[in-house]
Amino acid sequence: MADGTITIDGQTVPFTEGQTIMQAAEAAGVYIAHLCHHPEFRPHGSCKLCTVKAGGRHVAACTAPASDGLEVENESEELAAGRRALLQLLFVEGNHYCPFCERSGNCQLQALAYRYGMVEPHFPHFYPQREVDASHPDVVLERNRCILCALCVRASRDVDGKHVFDIVGRGIHARLAVNSASGRLADTDLAPGDRALEVCPVGAIIVRGRGFAVPIGERLYDHRPINEIGNRVPESEQ
Amino acid sequence: MESLDDEGVVLRVGEVAARHGDDPHRLVQILRDVQAALHHVPAAALDGLAQRLGLARVQVEGVATFYSHLSATARGHYHFLFSDGYTDRMLGREALVEQLCAALGVERGVPSADGRVTIEDTACTGLCDQGPAGLVNGRPLSGLGPMRIETIAGLVKLGVPVDEWPQELFDVADNIHRRDLLLAGPIQSGDGVRAVLERGAEATLAEVERAGLRGRGGAGFPTARKWGFCRQAEADERVVACNADEGEPGTFKDRVLLHTQPDLVFEGMTVCARVIGARRGLVYLRGEYAFLREPLEAVLAERRRQGLLGKAILGAEGFDFDIEIHLGAGAYICGEESAMIESLEGHRGTPRIRPPFPVVSGYLGLPTVVDNVESFAAAGAIAAHGGDWFCACGTAESTGTKLLSVAGDCARPGIYEFPFGVTVAEVLEACGGSGARAVQVGGPSGTCIGQTEFSRRIAFEDLATGGAFTVFGPGRDMVEVALHHSRFFAHESCGFCTPCRVGTSVLAQGLERIARGGAGRADLEPLKQLSGVMRSMSHCGLGMTAANPFMQTLERFPEDYEERLAGDDVMPAFDLDAALAEARALSGRDDAHAHLEQRHG
Ligand SMILES: Cc1cc2nc3c(=O)[nH]c(=O)nc-3n(C[C@H](O)[C@H](O)[C@H](O)COP(=O)(O)O)c2cc1C
Ligand code: SF4
Ligand code: SF4
Ligand code: FES
Repeated sequence: MADGTITIDGQTVPFTEGQTIMQAAEAAGVYIAHLCHHPEFRPHGSCKLCTVKAGGRHVAACTAPASDGLEVENESEELAAGRRALLQLLFVEGNHYCPFCERSGNCQLQALAYRYGMVEPHFPHFYPQREVDASHPDVVLERNRCILCALCVRASRDVDGKHVFDIVGRGIHARLAVNSASGRLADTDLAPGDRALEVCPVGAIIVRGRGFAVPIGERLYDHRPINEIGNRVPESEQ
Repeated sequence: MESLDDEGVVLRVGEVAARHGDDPHRLVQILRDVQAALHHVPAAALDGLAQRLGLARVQVEGVATFYSHLSATARGHYHFLFSDGYTDRMLGREALVEQLCAALGVERGVPSADGRVTIEDTACTGLCDQGPAGLVNGRPLSGLGPMRIETIAGLVKLGVPVDEWPQELFDVADNIHRRDLLLAGPIQSGDGVRAVLERGAEATLAEVERAGLRGRGGAGFPTARKWGFCRQAEADERVVACNADEGEPGTFKDRVLLHTQPDLVFEGMTVCARVIGARRGLVYLRGEYAFLREPLEAVLAERRRQGLLGKAILGAEGFDFDIEIHLGAGAYICGEESAMIESLEGHRGTPRIRPPFPVVSGYLGLPTVVDNVESFAAAGAIAAHGGDWFCACGTAESTGTKLLSVAGDCARPGIYEFPFGVTVAEVLEACGGSGARAVQVGGPSGTCIGQTEFSRRIAFEDLATGGAFTVFGPGRDMVEVALHHSRFFAHESCGFCTPCRVGTSVLAQGLERIARGGAGRADLEPLKQLSGVMRSMSHCGLGMTAANPFMQTLERFPEDYEERLAGDDVMPAFDLDAALAEARALSGRDDAHAHLEQRHG
C-alpha cells in the first residue's frame, strides 16, 4: 500500500502509507467521532464510536487502513443512529450522573452524546455496583464512569512503563483493575505526572484538587461541540 | 481439602510454572494446572505467577478472570459442570441437576458446606447427541438420567475418588450414522505425508486448490488461498494451528473426528506444514475435551515413532515439524482465530485487530495458518487421494462433504457425513426428525429456519454451517430458544467492544421481559435497532451474529412472540413497587400505602 487519497463524505483526503482512516482524517482536520482512539497511542478499536462505512463495509476508522480511492461515509443518518445507540449503551452500562461529575462539560462521552442528540438512555439502566478507589493521595478512580477504553492501560504500560492498570473479568463483568495485591491504587506505583493520569476521556480518573478549577459553564464543550475542538483533556485537569 | 497458606501457594505455583519452563506464553496452560491442583486460582497464586513469569500482577489477574474454568474461589474436590445446551434442556437436564443438588445437599453454584462438592452450569459441552451431559473434574458424563445421578450421588457420598468411578460413566459414543469421503475410507497413516513429499509442496497446494476445499469452521474461506498467503509471507518461521475449540452450541463433529480419525487430522497439519514451510504445529483443544488429550498424545507419540513427526520427517532433510496440544479453559470466543492465537500466547481471548491477518502475523507474530479440525482432515485426504477425488462430491461452490452434528428432536442424533448440497429435509429424513418445527443450522450464530425452508441446501452458497444441525420438534417454543441463546452470547462476549459487551446483555434482558409477558409490541423496536447496531458495529463475529437467534425467530416464528406481547404499547422496564421493597423492609411497613400499583415488564 502506498500513499494516495481517500474521500470522506465526498471530501478528498490524502494519506501516507500505513495510515489508518482516522489518522488520515485527523491530519486533514476532518472529525470522526471517537473515544478509545488517541493519536499518541496504539490503536485499540473497542468503543466503535468511529465506525464508518468504507467501500460499503462498516469498519472502525481508528484501525482500518486507508487505501487509495477508498470512499468513506462518516456523517450519515445511519451512522449517527448507530453512534447514538453505542453512546446509550455506554451510559446504561455504567453510572453516569453528569450533574455531579467533576468532568461535566469537559467529558468526551457527554460531548458526543450532545453531538449525536442523545436525549434519553433508550435502554434500561444496569445500575452496576462498582468500586470507587479513593485510597491514593493524588488520584481518585471512579469506576462508575469508566467506559473501558483502555487509554490509561496503554498510557501506563507503553509510556510510563508501569502497567498500573488493566482490564480484568469477561463480558459485561469486565472492569478496570489496578496492579497491586490489595487491589488499591495507593499500593501501586502510580505517581503524579504519569501520562496515565492525563488521558481518561471521562471522569473516571480524577486528579485531586483540579476538578473544579474551571467552573461549569465555562468548560471545553460547554460552548462548542466536540467535532469542532476535538477530543481533549483540558489543561486545567492535567 | 488440602489447604495451603500463601507461602505454600506461591511454592506450589512455582513448581507448576517450572514444569512449563516459566514461559509466560504458557500462562493459560499454567493457570489450568494451578486450578486443577488447588481447585482455584487464589490471590497468592497471581502474585506468585506474576513474579515468577515477569508479568504485572494485574495482567495475570486479567487472564485468570477471563476463562470460565478458572475460579478465584475454591471449587469442590468433586466439581460438576452440567452442560446447559438447549438440547440438554430439552432432554430434562434441569430436573437432573436439581436431583443431584438435593441428593448431596448442595446449592447450585455454591460450594457445599464442607467444600467437597460444587455443582455448576456450563455452556454446551459438545455431547448433544448423548445428553443430558456434563463434566466431573473435567471428565465427561453423558446420557445422564435419574439412575445415573443416583449412582453418582452414591459415589460422592462414599467419597470414592472420581478416578475410581466405573469407567462406563465416562463412556463417550461416536454415534456415526452416515459415512462418506472422510469417514468411510480413512487413509493409512503417512499416505498424505508421503504424497506431499512425492508431489512437492507447490503441486500439493495446487491439488488442495483443485479440490476446491473451503474452511469447515463456518466461514468457508478457500483453504488453498489461505495456505498460499502464508507461504508467501516474509518470515523465517511459520506456524500451523488447528482450531479444535468447537464451542458453537450443538456442534460436536470435531470431537468425533479427533476420537476416530486423529491420524487424518495430524496428516493434514503435516501436509500444511510442508506446503507453507512450518516447523511448529499447535492444536487448541477446548477445555471440555480435555479427556481427548491423552489419546491424542498417544497418537502423536506413535507418529513420532513412525518418523511422521519430528526431525527429517520420512527422511526428508529439513522437513522438521512437530505438534503440541494446548487446552482451552472455558471461553467460546477462543474459537475465533485471532482470539485463539491470543489464548495460545497466554493472554485473554480478545480478538485482534485485523489486518494484519494471522497468515501474515499470527502466533508470536509469525505467519500462521489457522484451520478447523475437519479442514485439516479433508486436506490430509486430498493430499493422499488428489483434488479430483474430492471435488467429484458436493456442489460446484461447495465441494466435498460436510460432517453434521445432528441433535435435538430426532430419533437418531449423531454424526452424518453428507455431500454438500444435501437439503435440510433429506437430513431430517435420515435422522428421524421429519415433522420438525424448526432447524438451527450452524448453531445459534447460524441460521434458524422453519418448515417452509426445509428444501434449502447445506452449502456455502445457501445455508453455511460449521456443522451444527439442531432439530426443534412441534411444540417447541422459539422465544425460549432465542432467550437461551441470547444468554449464551451475553455470557461468552469477551467484553472488548461496546456493541457486544453491552448489547448482548441488553438483548438478553429484553428477551427475558418478552418471555415472561412483560413487554409490549413497541418494546421490540429498540431491540431490533440494537440488533442492527450489533451486526454492523461489533469487533468480531460473536457480536455480529449474537442477535441472530432473536432476529431470526422473530421473523420466522412471530406467532410465538405475539402470544406473549402485552399490547401495542411500551411496558415500563422498571418495577416501582419492587423498588420500594427495601424501604418497606427498613420502615417495617407493608400497608396499602406502602405499595404502588403499576403494570411493568
Ligand atoms: C465467535 C467465534 C467462534 C468461532 N469458533 C470456532 C470454532 O470453535 N472452531 C473453528 O474451527 N472455527 C471457529 N470460528 C471460525 C474461526 O475464526 C476461523 O474462521 C476458522 O478456524 C478458520 O478455519 P477454516 O478456514 O478451516 O474454517 C469461530 C469464529 C467466531 C467469530
Ligand atoms: S479509567 Fe478512563 S482511561 Fe481508563 S479505561 Fe476507564 S475510561 Fe478509559
Ligand atoms: S464482538 Fe463481542 S466477542 Fe467480539 S470483540 Fe466485541 S465484545 Fe469481544
Ligand atoms: S475510536 Fe475507534 S473503536 Fe474507539
